[in-house]
Amino acid sequence: MEISTLIQNTLNGLSIGSVYAIFALGYTLVFSILGVINFAHGAVFTLGAYFTYFLVGGVNNGTGILSNFQLPFGLPFVLAILGGSFLAGGVGVLLDRLAFRPLRSRGADPLLALVLSLGLALLIVNLAQYLIGAEILSFPNNVYGDWLPPAINFGSSENPIPVRGVQIIIFCVSMFVVVILTFIINRTKVGKALRAVAENATTANLLGISTERFILLTFFLSGFLGGLAGTLVATSFSISGPYFGVTYGLKGLAVIVLGGLGDIPGAVVGGLVIGLAEAFVPGEFSAYKEAVAFALLFVILLVRPQGLLGRKLIQKV
Amino acid sequence: MDIFFSTYGFLIVQMMLQALLGLSLYFPMMAGQLSLASPGFYALGGYIAAVISTKVFVTQGQYPIPMLLLEIVLGALASGVLALVVGIPALRLRGIYLALATIAFVEILRVVSLNLDITGGAVGIFGIPQPFTNSLSYAYLVLPLLVLVAWFASRLERSRVGRALTAIREDELAADAMGINPTYYKVLAFVIGAMVAGGIGAISAHFLNTWNARQGTFDAAINILAYVLIGGSRTFWGAIVGGFALTALPEILRPLGDLRLIVNGLLLVIGAIYLPQGLIRPAWLAGLARLKRKS
Repeated sequence: MEISTLIQNTLNGLSIGSVYAIFALGYTLVFSILGVINFAHGAVFTLGAYFTYFLVGGVNNGTGILSNFQLPFGLPFVLAILGGSFLAGGVGVLLDRLAFRPLRSRGADPLLALVLSLGLALLIVNLAQYLIGAEILSFPNNVYGDWLPPAINFGSSENPIPVRGVQIIIFCVSMFVVVILTFIINRTKVGKALRAVAENATTANLLGISTERFILLTFFLSGFLGGLAGTLVATSFSISGPYFGVTYGLKGLAVIVLGGLGDIPGAVVGGLVIGLAEAFVPGEFSAYKEAVAFALLFVILLVRPQGLLGRKLIQKV
Repeated sequence: MDIFFSTYGFLIVQMMLQALLGLSLYFPMMAGQLSLASPGFYALGGYIAAVISTKVFVTQGQYPIPMLLLEIVLGALASGVLALVVGIPALRLRGIYLALATIAFVEILRVVSLNLDITGGAVGIFGIPQPFTNSLSYAYLVLPLLVLVAWFASRLERSRVGRALTAIREDELAADAMGINPTYYKVLAFVIGAMVAGGIGAISAHFLNTWNARQGTFDAAINILAYVLIGGSRTFWGAIVGGFALTALPEILRPLGDLRLIVNGLLLVIGAIYLPQGLIRPAWLAGLARLKRKS
């Protein structure tokens, strides 16, 4: 492989991998606290992208019942992406209040929560299809502003290594979010309480931590991260319809298993590893690129179910 | 009545096929294993039938039924062997991990079938020959098969193997300590389920006339899971009732149009919260049997 392709693939892989990482962090936060994989996370990813699209003033050119819908105002992109992610976080809170909490209060089997989240995913995706339609919605090319060049050259002028400007933005934003989140979880009182709830909810409750409030916060953070990831991917490609998030939802599973379920640094490493692995699939096998994450998922489950960074758990009776 | 059958023949057979797919997921569920692998084996069986009938053994006119039976057997056997290969390592995983591994399995098969030449790539295989003259006639084959698999499931529930599976579902460690080999029984249940799904795939390929990678997807896995969980996961009746009801539901809800799938999702959510045991419960069936004895 030529050195320029190597650099290009690495940069592209890190960029998409960093989105996988923040998306998977949303999965892993909920798993670490509740022991539940929230399959609706992929749907929230799609919703986040839709929210930002409309907040930035986009027109719905889909054929759903809200055809030609447009907000009367258009926010600057920075505010729109924050707003979209906040709204996605709000959806996360709603999901917990309306579905996960009633189930939890009945002390149900964790597998039922999985089924519940599958139902929620089905519900959200089809509701989006009903309201918006199945058509592709695209952000304008210069959505980040005109200062961002379409491609940035990382090589010399005679040996160019172009990487799309959007990819660089995505990488920087994602890494910034990872740093902030790591800081919140490891260095603040809120983070300490979250970790306590994740370790043992009952004990945390006895120590005066309002467990339910922190579960709600977790769902908010999870939805926020999912929505942000959705918007970032949508600005790089487009919103391919209500099923936009499904593939990412499934790939996100590969990421969290690779990193170890519920392991926060693991999710970041897992995301980058899968992003890079996909970027380095040789051109002649590119049709199999979609299977890379799942092949990794399958192999990791069989060889190292605790994940790359995880500790082995001894099963308690 | 004739009009009813000619209008709804397709739906009636489809309900039976889906109930059988529900049963294929029920077998591993008997041992408490949440496996979402059924669509993978279903797709494999379908591809085997499609390739044999359109490329290997090409006939003119009506497709001979013995060949169809042979395809069902081959589909079931191939699925069984694949299930053995995948199942032995995968079934060491529990709960959520097994579900994830089977999701990955289905996705890998899907991407592979999208890219192979023999499976017709993204277009798939179409023009699969018909062994029967109309949709409803498939019932002559599918209904006995459904009765057979249901009878097998009901016998299995009452046998030593079935009780071993229940013991593993309730507490795997305790079952192990009682001398039940969990891996053996889990793999057995997984293989039985896979064989049912593979055989059904072979019939469906003819029934649907066309076969492509969209047959074996994650979405299909959720649908099948919904049959079992809404119908009830503690008795084989659950899978059958769930498969019938949820396949007929879109037709019944036809006036709702595009809202149908939303209602499906809503049913799963409500079912998970308020009907964790599903519609059909063993206690309920036992009560029914007592009533019958009294009268």
